[in-house]
Amino acid sequence: MEATENTHPQDHGHHHHKESFISKYVFSMDHKMISKQFLVTAIVMGIVAVMLSIFFRLQLGWPGEKFQILNAFLGDKWAPDGILDRNAYLAMVTIHGTIMVFFVLTGGLSGTFANLLIPLQIGARDMASGFLNMLSYWFFAVSSLIMLASLFVEGGAASGGWTIYPPLSALPQAMPGSGMGMTLWLISMVLFVASSLLGGLNYVVTIINLRTKGMKMTRLPLTVWALFVTAILGILSFPVLVSAVVLLLMDRSMGTAFYLSDIYIQGEALDVTGGSPLLFQHLFWFLGHPEVYIVLLPALGISSEVISTNSRKPIFGYKAMIGSILAIGFLSFIVWGHHMYITGMNPFLGSVFVFTTLLIAIPSAVKAFNYITTLWQGNVRFTPAMLFSVGLVSTFVTGGLTGIILADSALDVNVHDTYFVVAHFHIVMGMSAIFGMFAGVYHWFPKMYGRMLNTKLGYAHFWLTLVCGFGVFFPMHFIGMAGAPRRYYSYSEFEFLDWVMDLNPYISTFAIVGGAAQILFLVNFFHSIFYGQKASQNPWQSNTLEWTTPVQHVHGNWPGALPEVHRWAYDYSNPEHEEDFVPQVVPMKPGEHAH
Amino acid sequence: MKLLILLVIVLAIIAIAQLTKVYELSRSLRKNKEEDISAADNKLNANLMLVWMFLFFVGTVFLYVRYGEYLPVSASAHGVDVDQLMKVNIWLITIVFFIVNFFLFFFAWKYQFKKGRKARFFAHDNRLEMLWTLVPGVVLAFIIVYGLITWNKITGPASADAIQIEVYSRQFDWTARYPGENKTFGSASYNLISTSNPLGLVTADGIRAKLDELDAQIENVEHQLEENKLMPLLPESYVATLEDKVSRLKRHKQRIADIDENSVNGLSTWEAGNDDRLVKGEMHIPVNKEVELIFRSQDVIHSAYLPHFRAQMNCVPGVATRLKMTPTVTTAEMRKITGNDAFNYILLCNKVCGAAHFNMQMKVIVESEADYNAWVAKQKMFKAPEVKEVADSTLANEPKKDTVATAMGTK
Repeated sequence: MEATENTHPQDHGHHHHKESFISKYVFSMDHKMISKQFLVTAIVMGIVAVMLSIFFRLQLGWPGEKFQILNAFLGDKWAPDGILDRNAYLAMVTIHGTIMVFFVLTGGLSGTFANLLIPLQIGARDMASGFLNMLSYWFFAVSSLIMLASLFVEGGAASGGWTIYPPLSALPQAMPGSGMGMTLWLISMVLFVASSLLGGLNYVVTIINLRTKGMKMTRLPLTVWALFVTAILGILSFPVLVSAVVLLLMDRSMGTAFYLSDIYIQGEALDVTGGSPLLFQHLFWFLGHPEVYIVLLPALGISSEVISTNSRKPIFGYKAMIGSILAIGFLSFIVWGHHMYITGMNPFLGSVFVFTTLLIAIPSAVKAFNYITTLWQGNVRFTPAMLFSVGLVSTFVTGGLTGIILADSALDVNVHDTYFVVAHFHIVMGMSAIFGMFAGVYHWFPKMYGRMLNTKLGYAHFWLTLVCGFGVFFPMHFIGMAGAPRRYYSYSEFEFLDWVMDLNPYISTFAIVGGAAQILFLVNFFHSIFYGQKASQNPWQSNTLEWTTPVQHVHGNWPGALPEVHRWAYDYSNPEHEEDFVPQVVPMKPGEHAH
Repeated sequence: MKLLILLVIVLAIIAIAQLTKVYELSRSLRKNKEEDISAADNKLNANLMLVWMFLFFVGTVFLYVRYGEYLPVSASAHGVDVDQLMKVNIWLITIVFFIVNFFLFFFAWKYQFKKGRKARFFAHDNRLEMLWTLVPGVVLAFIIVYGLITWNKITGPASADAIQIEVYSRQFDWTARYPGENKTFGSASYNLISTSNPLGLVTADGIRAKLDELDAQIENVEHQLEENKLMPLLPESYVATLEDKVSRLKRHKQRIADIDENSVNGLSTWEAGNDDRLVKGEMHIPVNKEVELIFRSQDVIHSAYLPHFRAQMNCVPGVATRLKMTPTVTTAEMRKITGNDAFNYILLCNKVCGAAHFNMQMKVIVESEADYNAWVAKQKMFKAPEVKEVADSTLANEPKKDTVATAMGTK
């Protein structure tokens, strides 16, 4: 399969038409600027989500204690006397989850790195459609604003958990958060999905059509492979979420009963029969499970690139890595039922989902072992990006293993919806994906902003984040196995849990320190954008195409002709070459073995 | 206070920014580049990998030792199998956890950058790939088969002589219903729920009473509409609301008219419920007898979680879900095992359901069959409520704090 030459004029980069502030920084159609827009928006959303988590961790760590800081931020309605209100607690938990899963780790992670890396690493002038790309960002921005606005409405933000199961989310009389807050949540999510689809279609089309000469699919860096499969997963699964959300909106405001049946609430027998609350769960998890991999795969792609570059070794088992990405992507569509073992679903159907779910462990194991083999006999250079990538492998393995217990229906019964689940997905998906995102930011910051991040602050940031992250989530396994449900405002009503709840103050302390540690990153990030050391063209001595572009961004990426690719992306320490890296644009020496 | 907090944050940020500047100035004096990781930095981070691994492993072992006995011995027969399965799985994943994390951090330390050394060009090896596809495959096959054998054992229909108990959930309490002497549950419909009939049991009297109540309401609203026709004082939107209300009430009537009368065990489903026992907030079950719990919900999804019995099932409005188990340890015995005289089994809600979700619980007592039978016999029977003169459905809305568990039937 030979890639097509881009049809842009060869002299594209040479002439610069003057751009206004608005077309350059606001409604930009340049993928590099859009990528920065996604990143900064995601950082802002991330700050909100982390603050929300610290608020509810204060309540969980020291229930009933008065914290003036809560009152200062949330006011008398949500935190009277500095004690978090019960409804506000549920709203914070819900919005924390929603923002983290969708806005930071889906929109933020894919939006930033797909936009930045796809054109640069495949050798394209820009995305296939710059206009759709711009729309994609602005849908994302508007949906972010609506989600933030929902925190301020009467009754508070959506409070039914990020999975918004009806009937709780369908009935405004069921809880205050199911009023206006939930409506905004649903509208925000529809816009978010629109953004994801516009982005995803663009990514797929770009990767298929705009690869430069010589960039065969089998020479693509693993980042691009991961982003490619991620985009396909999104395109196939997000529409199902939209349909679920639209049906829920209709149940809420048009008197339909897709998800409602036989409900008596607040003194009224509702005029609804025949719907099924479980239908929503099937639709939701049909997105919800691929979503886990939509979050995770880009992070794994980034770490493949970073680990290989900084070990100065080819990524071990390139083809096996692609194969496992494809296998994970495929399997992720037939495992959603493992979220529903105890809904009353037929136990036989449960058995099928046990089987498919546990199969995913095989490609995951292949990936983990390949990372470790890549380190073996490498020459490891600890940049902050490398630290985060090594951390990612650890969280991916550690969190993935507890997934084996949750996938086993007979065991899931007793830990379903407990803190064991909270521990599992925060480690395997939360920490891994955020580590991947940090690795990406530290690694490609020079490409994005033409300046370097401060390395020492990066070290401090990583070690604090790693220790605090595990400090927060690892003990939660034990709280969960002891039988503590998640989304509880307080555990003081259950004597049998008292003995394990002495962990909570420690967890909250780790959460606060870990949250504060992110200030190191924020300062480093925003300071370095303006005052960081000027970057050189290829600071990490990397092979991929993005490092052949000039440090100063030009529209069209390469000032002259597009580069031509002659080899795969992982010729590090190739014995047939003097240097320990051989960029993809270097032609094969006569007699050299292609990989 | 707000100002103070803001000030501290701002100052902290400025301080870090200043420190960074100082650091960068000194770095530019030394002519270092950020991307050149100094040998000292690299060594430090490599060593920290080992330090972290040590802390991580010690912390893990500490947590296992201190919190590893997460629940007392299973109080149900199937729970013993589940615990065994759990133990095997935890051993397996713990071993893998230690091995993989060890190699990861150890390699990171061992193969840290050395000047003049070139990394080994080792791009792929099919035998290795085969190894770590097949080994996890075999281990997982074992886990899947073992898991599914257990799963098949603990699910499936309950035996015919299992004791049936209905567990009824609503925001935010639990009610247990026992079928009474005739061993048959009366049918229930959410259309008949009222304060005096919280589960909506169907009886001929109850239907009549509810229909009368609805008729009275319809008449009341239609009367208002008639009056308004003569003298239009009500705003149009309110008229529309009232008209809507009439059609809703009529549909409610229709739904009640649609309730079928069937025959189960030779009893009318409209009669079988008369001797049902309803108990709020407390459930008794006999030891060493198979129990089938039938879950229903009035409003939103709840989940009945019984950690000591290793059992959980969602309660879904509109669908009855089921779970079978055989309790093996009485409450009294478990108090001895745990050394806690106040110990009680608990059923708690494990699906977020609203503000008081965190305190939606029911006490569960396991006792000998004789004690159990005696206790059930003592509970009052449900009988059709008397017709009230002015029926008002909103009454059911009021939380009844003083409703004692046994006060649900009427005289």
